[in-house]
Amino acid sequence: MAHNNSYVDKKFNVVGTRFNRPDGIDKVTGKARYGADASAPGQLVGKVLRSPHAHAQILKINTSKAEKLQGVKSIITFEDLPDLTGADQGMADILENCMARGRALYDGHAVAAVAAIDEQTAAKALKLIEVKYKKLPHVTDVDEAMLPTAPIIHERIFTRGVEPKPTKPSNISSRTEMGNGDVDAGFAAADVIIEHSFKTEQTHQGYIEPHACLASVNPDGTAELWVTTQGHFVFRNVCAGLLGLDIAKLKVTSSEIGGGFGGKTHVWVEPVALALSRKANRPVKMVMSRDEVFRATGPTSSTSIDVKLGAKKNGEITAAVAELRYQGGAFPGNWAMLGCMTAFACYDIKNNKSIGWDVLVNRPKVAAYRAPSAPMAAFAVESAMDMLAKELRMKAIDLRLKNVAREGTLAPYGPTYGPIGIEATLKAVKAHPHMRAKLKPNQGRGVACGFWFNIGGQTSTDLNIGVDGTVNLAVGTVDVGGSRSSLAMIAAEELGIDYENVKANIADTTSLGHNDMTEGSRGTFSSGMATIYAAREAIEVLKQRAAKTWGIPLEDVSWEEGHAVATGKGHGNLPKLSLREIAAKSGRTGGPIAGHNEVTADGAGMGFASHICDVEVDPETGRSTIVRYTVVQDAGKAINPDYVEGQFQGGATQGIGWALNEEYIYGEDGRLQNPGFLDYRIPVCSDLPFIDTQILEIPNPNHPYGVRGVGETSIVPPLAAVGNAIANATGVRMGHAPMSPPRVLAALDALDAG
Amino acid sequence: MSKSTLVSTTVNGDAVEFACPTDESLMTALRDRVGLTGVKEGCGTGDCGACSISLDGRLVCSCIVLGVEAEGRSIETVEGLSQNGVLHPLQQNFIDHAALQCGICTPGFLIAAKALLDRNPNPDESEIRYALAGNLCRCTGYDKIVRAVQATAKDMRKKGRS
Repeated sequence: MAHNNSYVDKKFNVVGTRFNRPDGIDKVTGKARYGADASAPGQLVGKVLRSPHAHAQILKINTSKAEKLQGVKSIITFEDLPDLTGADQGMADILENCMARGRALYDGHAVAAVAAIDEQTAAKALKLIEVKYKKLPHVTDVDEAMLPTAPIIHERIFTRGVEPKPTKPSNISSRTEMGNGDVDAGFAAADVIIEHSFKTEQTHQGYIEPHACLASVNPDGTAELWVTTQGHFVFRNVCAGLLGLDIAKLKVTSSEIGGGFGGKTHVWVEPVALALSRKANRPVKMVMSRDEVFRATGPTSSTSIDVKLGAKKNGEITAAVAELRYQGGAFPGNWAMLGCMTAFACYDIKNNKSIGWDVLVNRPKVAAYRAPSAPMAAFAVESAMDMLAKELRMKAIDLRLKNVAREGTLAPYGPTYGPIGIEATLKAVKAHPHMRAKLKPNQGRGVACGFWFNIGGQTSTDLNIGVDGTVNLAVGTVDVGGSRSSLAMIAAEELGIDYENVKANIADTTSLGHNDMTEGSRGTFSSGMATIYAAREAIEVLKQRAAKTWGIPLEDVSWEEGHAVATGKGHGNLPKLSLREIAAKSGRTGGPIAGHNEVTADGAGMGFASHICDVEVDPETGRSTIVRYTVVQDAGKAINPDYVEGQFQGGATQGIGWALNEEYIYGEDGRLQNPGFLDYRIPVCSDLPFIDTQILEIPNPNHPYGVRGVGETSIVPPLAAVGNAIANATGVRMGHAPMSPPRVLAALDALDAG
Repeated sequence: MSKSTLVSTTVNGDAVEFACPTDESLMTALRDRVGLTGVKEGCGTGDCGACSISLDGRLVCSCIVLGVEAEGRSIETVEGLSQNGVLHPLQQNFIDHAALQCGICTPGFLIAAKALLDRNPNPDESEIRYALAGNLCRCTGYDKIVRAVQATAKDMRKKGRS
């Protein structure tokens, strides 16, 4: 059955209102089961031995003493995870990241793993494994890694995207270039040109729930995996590929997920747990420590970015260039490419060019972190926009509005925009009371914009109607922030029934077709689309049953507000039939009533936001405190506004943490110095004010309800919004994030000295 | 396996006994031996508050208390907050105010917020924020959590007067 994804303006009954989430009670009573909350008969405890070196050759691993320890049931090294990846280098990288193969590539890289009868025995066994390392030179800084003198991390890496093809390996895995027009001509036409360099440090998603799983592999090749993940179907495919299991025989169940933000889109200990279980022939539970989460999962890139902007006196930007260097950890990524794509996406600049360098360093393999790569590019570009405005003696917001991207603007990364919300968010910011709130001494106000693509992707949904008229909605996108509530609302809206009569569940991998990850702000967008289509299929069945009951042609039946209504001539006296009445008779009219949908959801609407930040800087300590903060973002259509606001507030707070405090600090020895929440300080309750939000709704033309993804864009503007606020409070332009007290104090001292 | 010690304690009003090694945290003992997995592990170092419990009326991170220290004491966890199927006003307000997203930090926040309201039924925003500063939430930006606690304080004062 073909479905039309075009937006239709209509009045909603359920969508757009605020309902409590169906998983709320379990989560406030402690009943909800997360990754570490499952257990199986005879389960073992798995633990990983990790490299203490940033870069080292592994000469020998001797497990014999550990094997003899009573209670140890299996020990694995890379030899127990043979390379089955064929020519798929991406999968080979995942395999090598899960378990070092001859070389440890970063502090924390897994070297061996143990499964034992309890925690204490497993910990003891790790200490009995003897690993002989030969330390190798390392590099952890993105700029240093690009130098020709830098130690090479992979001899197989020759920079892609440069001509002629390099003859020597390097740590630069690829160069990307994109843009439009002629930037040289653009700069020649400029009255004012500003140039500045920026750095951002590596940050972690900081989900409160560490990675955890429970794996069980049987000798016949059937297996089960309970895991905290953003995408159990993808985990199934990846784990099956790495372990040589059949996809259909590996059942993966997603637990409740205690935060992901991109960090739970990749496998780390899961293939290890499966391999340990296979060898021990018993279930193995693995829970990462916080130290392991910081050292050995996937934080986001640290970066180094140069921006150059040219403009006419009237504020028209004639040219924009950015050169962006992103490290992806010890394996190649495409993070700089994403930075290039997003850097100038908020603006209509005829001549623009972005050059990206993806770089390898001896740090953990980078993973997605909420609008991955966009916040760093926005920090550089949005800071430079304020610098340009200052040079032009224009209000920063007016410079943005003067150059803002609109419907019809050619985006730097290729497409021509449809209806987008950036101009509307800027106008809303300009009119917002926050902009008129009085600032006190040492306080400053900053504004910044942000963009994220949002994605659709493969989605599969089942909707089953019970004989009592209540509805089960089975979806395959993991609920990371309340999507079960919004999807149940969508089903209720389509069917014309009460929200309370729909129960949304996340189905395991054996119960539903493939679903891509919950990533790219796609959960409610794509599963929402599939839910609409599944509900419409179910309505077709409901109408058929009504037609059969009445003995009239199907074309004489319509569906109105939860009821089948006879519409044709001569049927005027037939009383309408409710969904419940039809469902009650389903056993006699043709069997169960259901709707299904499998779709590759296309047409995710782009997300744009503008943020306002007021900051107070203590001139004695360099500490910056957020005084006021406002998020304005286009949601397309907010299904459940409570949780849209929650996404705005949460993303903004993560961005504030990145702007002010959070960073990976590596020592000279290449080891991570702050792998814990005490020293890697995320914002706490007393750091923040209330985060004000304003939801704009500019419908996405490619979704029946106009929905756009809302999860990620909110982390993009804060770094620059904070930086611009600090600049306005102090006169100091911070080019290095986080703008932590020592950095701000040093900049203030330099200003005084200068 | 190291030698275990028998511990007699009270958990959510019930007499409970468990045996645990002397170096095992109370968090692990409650989760793995008593079966109260509402006590969450976020860090294991007392920095995130996900494992918050009340120990003899005092708010503690159970990951930095030893299991054997529970001997003869009284423990309250999130599992004991609702009474006879009726949610504690904090629990209801967390749901009503959308004060949770992923929910992993929620048990700890509820215990910490209850500890605050037990000693100060009328906290201002700043007092709420400092009382909850030992609990990390990465999803919400704390906005709706603070509002849920404010609403609860108001509800409970109103109820106290009636």
